[in-house]
Amino acid sequence: MSWILAAPLIIPFATAVLAFLFRHGPEGRWLSVLGAAGLLISSIILMANVWGQGVIAAQMGEWPAPFGITLVADLLSAVMVVITGITGLAIAIYALADVEERKEHLGYHALYQVLLAGVCGAFLTGDLFNLYVWFEVMLISSFGLLVMGGNRQQLDGGIKYVTLNLVSTVMFLTGIGLLYGMTGTLNMADLHGAVQEVENEGLLITVSMMFMVAFGVKAAVFPLFFWLPASYHTPTVSVSAIFAGLLTKVGVYSLIRTFTLIFTTDVAYTHTILLWIAGLTMVTGVLGAAAMNDFRRILSFHIVSQIGYMILGLALFTPLALAGAVFYLVHHIIVKANLFLVAGVTRRIAGSTELSQIGGLYKTAPLLAFLFLIPAFSLAGFPPLSGFWAKFILVKAALEGGGYVIAGVALVVGLLTIYSMTKIWGNAFWKPHPAGVSPKLSILPAKDRAALLVPIAVLATLTCIIGLFPEPFVLFAERAAEQLLNPQAYVDIVLSPASPTSEEVFQ
Amino acid sequence: MELLVAIMVGVLVAAAVHLMLARNVLRFLFGLILISNAANLTIFVSGGLTPETPPLIHEGDYAPLEGAANALPQALVLTAIVIGFGLFAFALMLVYRAYQNLGTLNSDEMRLAEPPDEAPPDDSKTYIAWEAKQ
Repeated sequence: MSWILAAPLIIPFATAVLAFLFRHGPEGRWLSVLGAAGLLISSIILMANVWGQGVIAAQMGEWPAPFGITLVADLLSAVMVVITGITGLAIAIYALADVEERKEHLGYHALYQVLLAGVCGAFLTGDLFNLYVWFEVMLISSFGLLVMGGNRQQLDGGIKYVTLNLVSTVMFLTGIGLLYGMTGTLNMADLHGAVQEVENEGLLITVSMMFMVAFGVKAAVFPLFFWLPASYHTPTVSVSAIFAGLLTKVGVYSLIRTFTLIFTTDVAYTHTILLWIAGLTMVTGVLGAAAMNDFRRILSFHIVSQIGYMILGLALFTPLALAGAVFYLVHHIIVKANLFLVAGVTRRIAGSTELSQIGGLYKTAPLLAFLFLIPAFSLAGFPPLSGFWAKFILVKAALEGGGYVIAGVALVVGLLTIYSMTKIWGNAFWKPHPAGVSPKLSILPAKDRAALLVPIAVLATLTCIIGLFPEPFVLFAERAAEQLLNPQAYVDIVLSPASPTSEEVFQ
Repeated sequence: MELLVAIMVGVLVAAAVHLMLARNVLRFLFGLILISNAANLTIFVSGGLTPETPPLIHEGDYAPLEGAANALPQALVLTAIVIGFGLFAFALMLVYRAYQNLGTLNSDEMRLAEPPDEAPPDDSKTYIAWEAKQ
């Protein structure tokens, strides 16, 4: 078994077991941090290998593809695993100060690690049925995390989250069944060739639509996103941060993977639908955000509108556009998780996330205000932060492809994003606190303050680094896009009889 | 045989959709259970249905006999059933807890996590108040 590919799955699972055994003591949370650090290290090793040798694949149990279970990493998978490691570690540290002891006793850290394992599995798997299984691993742990503690709001949001995700799961499973019936394989690399030979093109398009709906629910695109703003603001802040950063992106990743590798037989049809979805998702998301009055709810609606940009990159289906989508994915995970973390600190010191009930943070906690401004500006797309480059590439790609309308929509949505960010700024940071208190960072215990602020600062620094030195990242995104558009190398490596077996890779 | 199962899948989906359109969360969940069984049957059929030929491979052969059912979808269905069982156990428990805590199963009344609806302004009264002020 190739340890480079399997490590990002084994480490979080092992950590989960240990964290569950030690859930009653302080060891549990440190194990969780340690495990997340291990995941980050293993993901960086994976990335170095993929960057060096191109696509890596390994067959579990040494059954050759397409019969065995394949793990495969190209640049997109690898970068997603790395970013999972980064946010996973940042939020594990944040959780040291954020998660109450009661929830730790219930097994918070174990579930968190299972969630990370599920996310990594979804990024690394090479066949559709395993993608389904990893989705379930991810879902069941996210269900647990979402309703953990069981206050009334959480139960309410949880029901919507659970039921709608189950619907998408059923849709996904049916699509898998029909696709297997048509092609006789579920290995994604094998499907790339097999779908070309399907005679019943109508049924193939139907199946592709089923996948689009199934992943669309996970990715929270228009009109399937309503579960997201209904539930993401209810759980503990570290939970909503990891959800906001990673979970919807697994849906986007799956869309990108299937609609560049498998369902490319009728691009004119499927990707036009994606283009409409992208535009409508951007607009409805940002309008929803503009109408909300709660810090975390505004951010939840922003996730929706930002997903639209990534789908836009996929829909345009040019090398530059896909590079933009990859860049956007990476940038957005960092920024969005960070904003939720800031919202958590705001609630800790000001008492609420409801904007009408807080204020005065700029005066009393200038450091927090500064740390909020970086990701907020980045999300809105101010130069020279990472969001600017992400939007710039996508708009350029849209203009090159003649999509003037969609480029205009993307720019207007950017402006509206700034509007709703100024709303948060004006209410939470600028106006005086309505209760007359002055929320200071110093009211937090020193240990908590470090655990809460260090991850925020590190993620903000990452945003700045990507923004100030974009060339290597853009170059990377372009290479990843190239791999996505020419999947022949991917297919060859997965299906080649000489693909590395366990012993070869291990040596 | 395939036709019969296909019709059954259709009936299951229709019944499921009917249940899922209900406001009652429990009915929705029952609909979900039905539709997931329909999905499982779909996968099952995609492997072919043959009552006679066993899916076994003769010694020295590389492929099963002509007309044998594909065993892989059956393995997939088994996995899907087990996973579905876990998910539905969780979902039922969640609905039960929600019923205990929120006191309702009506999805229209589950609005705790949403911002409160502002009552639509009553135009006539404001106008009268405005007139009285004048």
